[in-house]
Amino acid sequence: MADLRIKIGNLDFKNPVMTASGTFGYGPEYADFFDLNELGGIITKGTTLKLREGNDYPRMAETASGMLNCVGLQNKGVDYFCNHIYPEIKDYHTNIIVNVAGSSPEDYAACAARIDELERIPAIELNISCPNVREGGMAFGVTCEGAASVVKAVRKAYKKTLIVKLSPNVTDISEIARSVEAEGADAVSLINTLMGMSIDIESRQSKLSIGTGGLSGPAVKPVALRMVYQTAKAVHIPVIGLGGIMKAEDAIEFLMAGAMGVEVGTANFIDPCICEKIILGMNNWLDEHGCQSVNEIVGCI
Amino acid sequence: MKKFELELVVVDNKILNAKHFLLILRNPENNGFLPEMLPGQFVQVLIKNSPTTFLRRPISINFVDRKLGELWLLVQIKGEGTQYLSNLKPGDVLNVLIPLGNGFTMPHQKNKILLVGGGVGVAPLLFFGMLLKERGIEPTFLLGARDKEGLLELDYFKKLGRVLITTEDGSEGEQGFVTQHSILKRESFDRLAVCGPKPMMQAVAHYAKTAGIDCEVSLENLMACGLGACLCCVEKTIRGNVCACQEGPVFHIKDLLWQI
Repeated sequence: MADLRIKIGNLDFKNPVMTASGTFGYGPEYADFFDLNELGGIITKGTTLKLREGNDYPRMAETASGMLNCVGLQNKGVDYFCNHIYPEIKDYHTNIIVNVAGSSPEDYAACAARIDELERIPAIELNISCPNVREGGMAFGVTCEGAASVVKAVRKAYKKTLIVKLSPNVTDISEIARSVEAEGADAVSLINTLMGMSIDIESRQSKLSIGTGGLSGPAVKPVALRMVYQTAKAVHIPVIGLGGIMKAEDAIEFLMAGAMGVEVGTANFIDPCICEKIILGMNNWLDEHGCQSVNEIVGCI
Repeated sequence: MKKFELELVVVDNKILNAKHFLLILRNPENNGFLPEMLPGQFVQVLIKNSPTTFLRRPISINFVDRKLGELWLLVQIKGEGTQYLSNLKPGDVLNVLIPLGNGFTMPHQKNKILLVGGGVGVAPLLFFGMLLKERGIEPTFLLGARDKEGLLELDYFKKLGRVLITTEDGSEGEQGFVTQHSILKRESFDRLAVCGPKPMMQAVAHYAKTAGIDCEVSLENLMACGLGACLCCVEKTIRGNVCACQEGPVFHIKDLLWQI
């Protein structure tokens, strides 16, 4: 039994495996399938200051080895989260991390401040990389100045562990990572989805209501892995890797590329127990390769 | 209702016509355990080893035979996922998430209910009809298809209740769409349960709204997870955007924002 424990900022995780925002609801959606307490962490659906209805249907298109989505941050707002969802999930024995989104630095900061009050939420993941909303979201995440402005505002309002989720739709993701590190981010997670498109040739229309969407699934894994590798070399804070992880071996690749932790996203749609299998598979791999701790392989290449 | 991931074995794969087939599945373990299911609920089936499909495929529960421990899935070949399913042979294993979504409302004993199905949309009505009959409610089925060949499982429906038919080419039953069937002028119903192509469901919903009849429809919005996590299959309702996989696929038409 290898030691799977990791640390990100001041926060301890029982293992490196978390669920990616927007692919696992708030947790209870998957509770029938496995014991959620086994997870390193649950990262919730993106939460904004006010309720958001999201984009029109259709929001999804299947692609080769992946899928596009343009959900657009549908959620009931931070007050609803605090009053109705938090009481239901606060007693899970795993790190519940709230993904926070917004359309201005003040928005992000106000939402983060509400979450800061919640005793059992030890961290937030700042979403400056959603490609499916017109205002805010990715608009902040594609320039160093934009990313820094949001992190600066939130850092003042939020005292606990602050993870910033980065967009791959940029020229150099490691530059953005450095700019959020400079403003006090405790960790970065990457990658959010890659902007893409799919067309129905019979109707001669995009398969998505807003024309474009974010690509996820194993199709994006090599791109994600390269970006994690580059970013881990560029910053001193921990990197959390995600993008197309479908099995334990994929997660191990991310760790070797320099990620301290991983998030599993789209794979949850295909196998609701995949996170449990990845944790077990990671442990078995470490045992078979004589590793005492998962930390031995982080950034080993 | 508790959801399960089960590895079911294919007992039979019956070809019904060029586009439709009936998969009969059984649980080879746990004494053939199948969970509680409601008519209108669905399963998410895993398409294994396919280079061109990625996500599971949502398929309506067609029938549950508790005595034989059988789950029936009536499937239309639409793309590569359903093509793969059509090639399953007895003994093959199918991974399913079951049961998902909500079902049709069970009517009161005194209610007169009409079950309206179009094409492969007849699927959930067989299971619904069986449960109605068990409760002593005689169901009437109004089934529509393009032509005689497109009418599915007629023999099974006839065992459960009265069956009325429309075909667009008039090759069986009355010619036209289900909403044009003469029964709607001759008799009145307290409830409608509808599943089929969206234009057909909207036409029936329009009829129900005009006549002031309770009407539930089963939607088939494109979905990824089937569990209410991805928020892809949303339908606009009086409560805002909701997941068809979780709050549906069965909706009362008064909750939908359909322009009917």
